Order: sequence, then structure tokens, then C-alpha cells
Amino acid sequence: MKIPNRKGYFGKFGGRFVPETLIPLLYDLEKAYLKVKKDPSFWKEWQYLLKEYAGRPTPLYFAQNLSSYLGKKIKIYLKREDLLHTGAHKINNTIGQVLLAKRMGKNRIIAETGAGQHGVATATACALLGLNCVVYMGAKDTERQKLNVFRMKLLGAEVVPVYSGTQTLKDAINEALRDWVTNVTSTLYVIGSVVGPHPYPMMVRDFQSIIGLEIKKQILKKEGRLPDLVLACVGGGSNAMGTFYPFRQDLQVRLVGVEAAGEGLHTDHHSATLAVGEPGVLHGMLTYLLQDRVGQIKGAHSIAPGLDYPGVGPEHAYFKDTGRAEYVSVTDEEALEAFQLLSEKEGIIPALESAHAVAYLLKIAKDLPKDTIVVITLSGRGDKDVASVREYLEGN
Amino acid sequence: MEKNASLIKKAINTIKSKGDVAVIPYICCWDPDLETTEAILWELAEVEPACIELGFPFSDPVADGPTIQKAIVRALEHQPTFEAYFEFISRLNQKGFPYPIVCMTYYNIIYRFGLEKTVEHALQSGLAGFIIPDLPIEEAQPWIKANQNSGLATIFLATPTSSEDRIQKIVKHTKGFLYYVSITGITGARDSLPEDLADRLKITKNLCGNNLPLAVGFGISKKEQIKLLYPYADAFIIGSAIVKIIEEKGKNSPKEIKTFLKNLKNL
Ligand SMILES: Cc1ncc(COP(=O)(O)O)c(C=O)c1O
Repeated sequence: MKIPNRKGYFGKFGGRFVPETLIPLLYDLEKAYLKVKKDPSFWKEWQYLLKEYAGRPTPLYFAQNLSSYLGKKIKIYLKREDLLHTGAHKINNTIGQVLLAKRMGKNRIIAETGAGQHGVATATACALLGLNCVVYMGAKDTERQKLNVFRMKLLGAEVVPVYSGTQTLKDAINEALRDWVTNVTSTLYVIGSVVGPHPYPMMVRDFQSIIGLEIKKQILKKEGRLPDLVLACVGGGSNAMGTFYPFRQDLQVRLVGVEAAGEGLHTDHHSATLAVGEPGVLHGMLTYLLQDRVGQIKGAHSIAPGLDYPGVGPEHAYFKDTGRAEYVSVTDEEALEAFQLLSEKEGIIPALESAHAVAYLLKIAKDLPKDTIVVITLSGRGDKDVASVREYLEGN
Repeated sequence: MEKNASLIKKAINTIKSKGDVAVIPYICCWDPDLETTEAILWELAEVEPACIELGFPFSDPVADGPTIQKAIVRALEHQPTFEAYFEFISRLNQKGFPYPIVCMTYYNIIYRFGLEKTVEHALQSGLAGFIIPDLPIEEAQPWIKANQNSGLATIFLATPTSSEDRIQKIVKHTKGFLYYVSITGITGARDSLPEDLADRLKITKNLCGNNLPLAVGFGISKKEQIKLLYPYADAFIIGSAIVKIIEEKGKNSPKEIKTFLKNLKNL
């Protein structure tokens, strides 16, 4: 069975729930993407840029100190997406989509951003490839992430603060969609995760799958076998899907996505969409959502700005329902501990998002059988979080 | 069984046969409160509308511009439920409200309430139909199925990016009237409309045939616009221009809205 199907469904999730104006564009985009998908020259260009410009392949690093600290009986590998240019996995996708936009003859790129990571990665790809770039960002986020706003401006992008709704990521996506509805011919919307209407979840997954493909090759070389457990954090779900997808048929590999439990699942301050959300339609897709009884979308919370999203990619919803992946969550507090531990033990300051994946390992390490091989995708580096972590630790 | 859908068509034809302008006003229920919404509706009834679009607010209205977004924020402060919306429609109809009301809302509200249950409640309340801007025909099968023989109007939208082929398909699924979006863009009053709009309406009217009225919306707020388009469209949807009056006048808006529409209809 082909996933997604022709209509963009992963099981019962996905689809194309957008205003009519955008439907013909989504067909065009799908057609253009399926065309380049079969075009070796496209992938050659993409691979060239990822290698020479962004720094791929990223190392699969054996975290010996952390492994020892946890009792030596398990081996922990870190997939170092944090070493990529711009500091996170987001660049794998933005270079892909901006290259596609060029081939489609578009000259204007729009993007949404929450923390600013995807905005920076999009602005970077646009600077590199010579396209105009407008980034929508919730007004609250522009306040919280002033440095990333400045970064995007340095890269030549225009940053538009969004004052509607909760003034965060979900509203930035709404505003980007409104822009796209208005500027249909000139513009391509570069979405930052495996979310949105078909073909985005499929396309972003394909671009991010480079993560899992490299892991597979690297671990076979180092260990001669596949890992037992693979962990990644889940916001919209792109680094996790990129990690999981190449393993989907290797059923001996346990895939675990880690969501943000924020201040706890019993509160209203979390982003654990797969854990406690219910199916609904937002941003063009049918998927699990944080929503109230009426169907109004709730605000999400996490100490990690990149996990702060009330929806999740439809393919994760599908993996959850079919049981191919498990989804768990860790709190702000637990993520902070992992953030500090990895910094101290390995000299690697992880992004707060990625620290969630590490935190879950810390929780379950003692129950893992001897000789378990674990791979954690370290989706990004923590430079962007140092100031807020400091505030948090000194404030407590 | 097409009673609601045909009601709208009949209303449009009656108005047009008198040489009058058929208008379809939009307001958001609970903006700024339910009492004012009801007062506005009774004033609207005095301008003989073709039907009324009564919005149910959704937190993430991607098809709406700033004016209607703000209305939705005002409405959401009352934490409205879909049940309460249907109860309100029921009460209006019990009091003999003389014009068809269609619900404009986003798909998640309906999905969450349940498709069958929505249809059931709509029929019980006397609601005439639905406009769901984020439900394109591709995704509409479950909704169409839930509506089979319900007689409710399901109003799909056609836009400047829809090819003639697509419009033909959209027309096939549409009951009540076809909602033609004047511009590639979001809701909001505009000073000027695209120059080729009349041409596109002509083509679309042809595709609608004699049975399906064609209404044009998005950006319409002025008499000159209506004058220009009058020969090509059966009805005119007026949203943001009315909502703007509510934003400015709040509880005092009902009479002003009536005056505004009366003037607009008087070519
Ligand atoms: C470093 C990092 N990791 C993870 C995420 C979450 O996104 P996704 O779940 O799509 O990988 C983000 C989003 O901004 C991020 O910056």
C-alpha cells in the first residue's frame, strides 16, 4: 500500500482541507514535486548543497560518557543534526522546497516560524538561491525570539509579526495560508514540518528522510546491526518522521516519538497532541489536535518553542493508530534536566526540543535490556535556548 | 425534499423579478453578543435579503481577513457551543423569522460535533444550509453523504483559480447557490475588484445553468461595485462591510446596518 494514497491520506489522516483558491495550487505543487522526485538532477543538486553547504552527512556519534553514566549496559548514539548549518534539521527541508520553488518558476517564498528555526533555515535557503522571503511569526514569538528575528533580517528576509489569535505558531501558519491565498501565482509556501495539506506531509518527510537513511547506513557500519530503539522529539514531527520513515518496515526497531508534556498532562499547558489530543481538522489536515469540546483549537505550551504546536503531522497520527510508533511525553522540568546533563557529560548543548528525546531515555534507561543500541536524533543545538534556560534556572 | 435549497433560489428569483438587488448579508453569531445578533437579524429581515449567512466562530479562520477575525474574537468571548447556535436558530424560526439562514463555519466545528448530528440539528432548528470554506469538493464526500436527501443547502465556493472543469464539478455538488469568490484572497472590504471579474462571472453563470443561482462575495461593500456586476450575478454577499459597522457601533449597530443595506440595494 502506498502511503499517502492519491488523495494525500495516511490511513484516515491527512487530506487537503483548504479553501478552494489553494486547491489548484496544491495540485500544481504535487505535480511539480512528483516530477522532480523522479529527476536525478534535482536530487544531485539537493545533495550537493546539503553536503558542501549544510554539512551532511552528520555524524552518528557514540555518546560514551552518557552511556557509561547510565550504567554501561546500553549504547547510546546521537545523530548530530545539531551540527548542520543554521543549527537544526530544518535546513534539509528548506533547501529542498526552495529548489523546488525555483524549478516551478516562483520568485517569492513565504514561511511560518515559531521559535525562528524554520524561519532562519528558509531565509538562509532563499539567500543562497536568490529568492525573496517573507516569514510570518506570532507577535509573542517575535518578542521571545528577538535574536532570530534579527538573524532572518540579516539574511534578507522580511519578518511579519502576526497579532491574531494566540499570536504564536498556529496563527503564523494561518497568516501564511492567507498570504498564499492572496499571492497564488508568484509565491510558494515553504512549510516547516510534516504538517499542512497534501503534498506537504509527504514532501517534508521525503526531504527529512535523509536523517534516517544516514542513521541506517552508519549504524550498520559501526555495529553491524540495526538499533533496538530510536528516539526523536515531536513538534510538528519532521525530525521524528525523517528519522522513523526509513525504519518503518524494520519491525524489530522500536520507534518512539517524544512530545512535550510542558507543565504536565493534567494541566492545560502542554503540547502532547498525540497523547491527549483528538482528531480534527486544522491547517489543511485531518489529524490529532489539542481542542476543546466545541472544536476550538487550544493554545499549546512547551519550554521548547519548536514543540509548541497544537497539531501533529498526519503520518504520526497514522503511526500511532497502527502502532508502528509509540508516542510518549516528558515535562519541561525533565527536558531541562536532560539539557544540563547532556551539556555536562558530553559537551553538547542540545536544543530544548531535542532534550526531550534525551529526557525520555533517562527515564527508561534502567529498564532497558543489556546491550540495547539506542539512537537519539539530536534535531538541533541549544545556542538559541541558552538565554531562556538561564532565566528559567535562575528564576527557580 | 430540496426544500431549503429551493427556498433560497425562490427568494433570489422573487427579489430579482422586481428588479431589486438580492443581498446576502453575513454576520458572526455572538458578535458582540447574542442579543445584538438577534436585533441585527430582525433589522436585516426588513431589507428583504435573499438569505442570511450567520457565522459560527472558529478559532483559526484561514479564509477570513482582519475585520471578520476580530468579530470572531469578540464572539468567542461568549464561549458559544454549536448546540446553543442551533437552539438560537430554532427560537428565531419559532418566532417566525421570514428568511432562510445558512451557517458559515469551518469544518472542524462540524467534524467535532459529528456530521450526522450536525445535519439532524440543522433540520430540527430550521437552518437552511452550510457554507464551509475549508471543505473543498475533494474532501466533501462524507459531508455530502451525511446530507443525502436532507434538503439542506450545501454551498461550495468557486474562485478565480478554479478552472472551468473544476467549476463544473463544484456546481454538481452545490445546492442553494454557488458562492463565487471575487478575488484570490481573504474576506475584507476592498475599494476595487479585479477588472476581469464580470467576464469570469459570465462564464461561471453559464456553468451554473438556470437552476443554480450565482452569488458573488469577498470585497463587496459599495453601490458602484454592485451596479457594475448586477447583470452578471444573481446575488451579492456583503460581509466585512457590515461587520465593520458592528465593530464600530456594537449594540447600536442594528439600525445602522439596515440603513447601510437599504442604501446599497437602492441602485
Ligand atoms: C531543533 C528543533 N527540533 C525539533 C523541532 C520540532 O519540529 P519537528 O517536530 O518538525 O521536527 C524544532 C522546531 O522548530 C526545532 O527547532
